Amino acid sequence: MGMYNEKVMEHFTNPKNTGVIENADAVGTYGSPVCGDMMEISLKVENNVITDAKFRTFGCGSAIASSSVATEMIKGRTLEDALKLTNQNFVDELGGLPGAKIHCSVLAEQAIKTAIYMYAKEHGLELPGLEGFDPDSEFDHEDGEEDES
Amino acid sequence: MREIYLDYSATTPVKQEVLTEMLPYFTGKFGNPSSLYQKGYEAKEALSLARARVAELIGALEKEIYFTSGGTEADNWAVVGTAKSRKSKGNHIITTKIEHHALLHTCKQLEKEGFDVTYLDVDKSGLISLKQLKDSITDKTILISIMYANNEVGSIQPVREIASIAKEKGILFHSDAVQALGNVPINVKDLGIDLLSVSAHKIYGPKGVGALYVRKGLTITNLLQGGGQEYKRRAGTENLPGIVGFGKAAQLAGENLDNHITTITELRNYFLAEIQKRIPDVDVNGGMVHRLPGNLNLVFNYVEGEAMILYMDMKGIYASTGSACSSASFSASHVLAAMGLPVEKAYSSVRFTLGDFTTKDDIDFAVNEITMIVEKLRSISPFDKEHDMETAQNCNCPA
Repeated sequence: MGMYNEKVMEHFTNPKNTGVIENADAVGTYGSPVCGDMMEISLKVENNVITDAKFRTFGCGSAIASSSVATEMIKGRTLEDALKLTNQNFVDELGGLPGAKIHCSVLAEQAIKTAIYMYAKEHGLELPGLEGFDPDSEFDHEDGEEDES
Repeated sequence: MREIYLDYSATTPVKQEVLTEMLPYFTGKFGNPSSLYQKGYEAKEALSLARARVAELIGALEKEIYFTSGGTEADNWAVVGTAKSRKSKGNHIITTKIEHHALLHTCKQLEKEGFDVTYLDVDKSGLISLKQLKDSITDKTILISIMYANNEVGSIQPVREIASIAKEKGILFHSDAVQALGNVPINVKDLGIDLLSVSAHKIYGPKGVGALYVRKGLTITNLLQGGGQEYKRRAGTENLPGIVGFGKAAQLAGENLDNHITTITELRNYFLAEIQKRIPDVDVNGGMVHRLPGNLNLVFNYVEGEAMILYMDMKGIYASTGSACSSASFSASHVLAAMGLPVEKAYSSVRFTLGDFTTKDDIDFAVNEITMIVEKLRSISPFDKEHDMETAQNCNCPA
């Protein structure tokens, strides 16, 4: 086996929810090609529930797989619930990422936060989990524990 | 699954003739070349033949070849050995920004020990400027170390001119020829090179063996202390099977050189033409003139290199990327950066290196797969011609 487990490879080769939602209620982008990865996520929101999510990612296998699994996990969740998800949840759902690749899953967490932040701002919502969040600031997220390698 | 190996600059398979010649030296002919009895003599003879063969490939004398554990040791020895033996004459070394880490990290270490190092720039073709080289020379300069050809983009430096500048100023010239060996004609006498590093596993020989050519009459400080092997310059019982393999590989490389250069260059150019025919928005890193025959370093705009590698791996196609997010701090290739390539393009770069076992059929298969992979990855990328990567420079990443 290579550096990734089967589930990661499955999400990498057949990523779920790729593309852009027409008339999306919220769009968030995070990262930059200068950093080596960037994710754009678009959401459909009804009654505070994420009913659809799509992504486009420029990044490594781990970034693409995390994007895929993250969009799967936020669908059907309320905005508050979605904000509770961290990159570690995505890593766990993927059955682990190599230690050096854990940080690539942060991209998905931050892109989701950014999209919800934009939505909340537009609709005047105060959501727990967004206090102090600034999509333009450098994140200082911990990479988390080393997982399966 | 079909395997298409396009990473010959990383390493090469050992050729059958090479392996056949090596095998007896693991078992029946296992003697130590230093032993005085027949078995030792037999080993010593083999050592001498291998040395002559490696010498011939680079136009050196047999006595100027010192076997090492590989290219890294040869580079370390050349630089550290020169620095130590010439430190009374000066403490300045000139090298380039695109050297292999065996050279760069050695220079960094010497800087900590009080040496001054100038790292020459390269242009977008990956070539140094002879003017900058001349301007960098001071009365303290003791060594110029410039690679013969680059491992990532295959750029071949003006070695003859560099050697002549060094000679004129009485400065030693070392060249890391690990990538160049077997891919370009090399004649150290004709070129006027003082020290040259080579390695076996890039020319279809075994891993773990290399050599440093040290011009006759030149002495640099030894790296290893121990027995009197390698004319008392490189201690340690010789890796005889490896050295025998290196010798055979060198002989084959010499015999095959003209054909190798012609064939591989044609195949590489065909590969590039097919890629450009099938896939839009692909750039070539480096120039096509002073370039190693099998090297192709491409930017697949809007997709990330490591994702490409991973996909190709699944299809049995092996290539490499010099830039990867392998740790919390992303690292882009130091070579592409020195060539002035924007970092986002470095992340979209993939290196293909062709070799003696690459066929046109392999290339056709690879081009087909690569076309589909790029299409797939581009379909999920937030970038395209209208949404160029350069416009999305706001970096909120931990780099």
